[in-house]
Amino acid sequence: MGSSIETLVNREYQYGFVTDIEQDTIPRGLSEDVVRLISAKKQEPEFLLNWRLKAYKRWLTMREPHWANVTYPPIDYQNVSYYSAPRAVKPLGSLDEVDPELRRTYERLGISLTEQKRLSGVAVDAIFDSVSVGTTMRKELGELGIIFCSFGEAVREHPELVEKYLGSVVPYSDNFFASLNSAVFSDGSFCYVPPGVRCPMELSTYFRINAAGTGQFERTLIIADEGAYVSYLEGCTAPRRDENQLHAAVVELVALDNATVKYSTVQNWYAGDTEGKGGIYNFVTKRGAARGVNSKISWTQVETGSAITWKYPSVILQGDNSTGEFYSVAVVNNHQQADTGTKMIHMGRNTKSTIVSKGISAGQGNNSYRGKVQVLKKADNARNYTQCDSMLVGNRCGAHTFPYIEVANSTATLEHEASTSKIGEDQIFYCKQRGLTAEDAVSMIVSGFCKDVFQQLPMEFALEAQQLLGITLEGSVG
Amino acid sequence: MLDIRDLHATVGDKEILRGISLSVGAGEIHAIMGPNGSGKSTLAQVLAGHPAYEVTGGSVTYDGEDLLAMAPEERAQKGLFLAFQYPVEIPGVTNGYFLRAGYNAIRKAKGLEEVDLFEFDDIVKERLQLVDMDPGMLKRAVNSGFSGGEKKRNEILQMAVLEPRLAVLDETDSGLDIDALRVVSDGVNKLRRPDNATIVVTHYQRLLNYIVPDFVHVLVNGRIVQSGGKELALELEAHGYAGVAA
Repeated sequence: MGSSIETLVNREYQYGFVTDIEQDTIPRGLSEDVVRLISAKKQEPEFLLNWRLKAYKRWLTMREPHWANVTYPPIDYQNVSYYSAPRAVKPLGSLDEVDPELRRTYERLGISLTEQKRLSGVAVDAIFDSVSVGTTMRKELGELGIIFCSFGEAVREHPELVEKYLGSVVPYSDNFFASLNSAVFSDGSFCYVPPGVRCPMELSTYFRINAAGTGQFERTLIIADEGAYVSYLEGCTAPRRDENQLHAAVVELVALDNATVKYSTVQNWYAGDTEGKGGIYNFVTKRGAARGVNSKISWTQVETGSAITWKYPSVILQGDNSTGEFYSVAVVNNHQQADTGTKMIHMGRNTKSTIVSKGISAGQGNNSYRGKVQVLKKADNARNYTQCDSMLVGNRCGAHTFPYIEVANSTATLEHEASTSKIGEDQIFYCKQRGLTAEDAVSMIVSGFCKDVFQQLPMEFALEAQQLLGITLEGSVG
Repeated sequence: MLDIRDLHATVGDKEILRGISLSVGAGEIHAIMGPNGSGKSTLAQVLAGHPAYEVTGGSVTYDGEDLLAMAPEERAQKGLFLAFQYPVEIPGVTNGYFLRAGYNAIRKAKGLEEVDLFEFDDIVKERLQLVDMDPGMLKRAVNSGFSGGEKKRNEILQMAVLEPRLAVLDETDSGLDIDALRVVSDGVNKLRRPDNATIVVTHYQRLLNYIVPDFVHVLVNGRIVQSGGKELALELEAHGYAGVAA
């Protein structure tokens, strides 16, 4: 584009600070002993250790996948520390006992760990590096029979639920990064909503990577029992560091008969600097099983951070009449790369899935949508609607679409719509002539482009996402 | 209000404006006529500050200030409005939202409070009638899928909402049928006030039957070759531009 575009200064990543806190970090490297050490530190039962070891052995036989449309130097898995925790962590009687330094960290991130949070009606589980440092609103949720706690706590207090559902959606052998996660995951969030209960507030997990040289491998497991409903939010940030840090998470969702799980993510990991140095490698496996009849799983994601995003939140539509949804906004700027999309696997009859993907590329960013819609033999009357739109800002970015469709049942109906557009110099000038600045113009055009997805987000998250988008694109147009 | 002196401008390395001088006072309507390629639209774009045109000489003073030193959005905030010859489509952004964003940007620049959705709704409803437009237009994406006539009408709606001090209408009549032409012209005439001014850029005399100018200027080859009153337009219609081309 012309001279007037791409001249502004980038705004600093405002969550790039480091918390100075004493941490217990194990030496870098991965071996069976490390897997055993993590399990021992967490005082896990036998079944979980064995599961980890199976995953580790499987991982050793696997190779890092390279089919995604991203490039990065080889990752040395022996040069990562697989466990890091603030030193003082011990079971807390109440959130008021959370280390003040940690509490300040979360406050800077706009997350209050004090019980005052109840006013805003959101329950938060805060994960700092490898461990959960606090979960709010537990009493209120407990009265309804809802379990919302750190994964470690769930293992200790509800081992039967963990054993029953862990790996039931994403098996330990699923893929390279999921197997790695299964071997070394340290904490995460756990949620169980009992039959017939509608969770009255948003549940939320806030992930923070702090320590240098570590990876974050958390695991989230959410189960909505028959007729239950839960809406879940996930947020993430990390300090600015020149090295790349690895984040390989697994999220499993289970919806039984007539249950709904809605999962929303605003991902704002450190993306690296304008030259592409540093940033998080985000290799995440997210999958939901719409297991029961009339069950529903809905993913909404706003991906603005990370140097590399490799992520395909998927739904297995097992139950008859089940529904799967995927709404996504993925933004890349500077040297960011994203290969993201979804898989909708129709197994049950009368299953429906909707995919709405909005990719925005700016700077030298590279954005790929990769989606698969699969209709199995018994899935009579399956329906899918896919809409996949790309927007380009500037001349040096890229947008790619890789849709895969496999249909084994002739009663299926699939629709696919796709478009590519570009924010043009003429559009910006038109807006300027009406009194708007270039940045207001871009933000307005991009928000309009993403509207269908933002509408799916819970209210307060939608505002945050919109602001984040503005910040991410700042400096891409002048 | 506007004082253009010996203005030269190029696009690429081609000189389009070769020394234009023109004064526009408050309350006046000026028509700029001329054959294709004479530089009419370039003049409109240069006044609005389009980045594709480079000013290579001369000056433009607007309300005592150096217009050429201002960014395009600053010119707009100070009341300069261009009705585009080819209005731009902005998919995904509703017309109503776009109008309010512009309206508020201009208010903000003037140090006034921004108006909320409800206040704005009242303002825009009244202005819609001025250009005989359906409120449904506000819900459609800016110019997306609009017919040629709808786009031009939409430009005048924006003008009605933003209430510019100086409006430049660039070939607003092209692509309009006779009924639409009447509606658009009526709108422009109703917006006329003693403290604002309008420059009408047009190829044909037809529009000037509806928007009656105080002055007519003939632009040929990047220069104003003749100026006069409204009767000059009729002369041009009868004898063509060849008669005045120097």
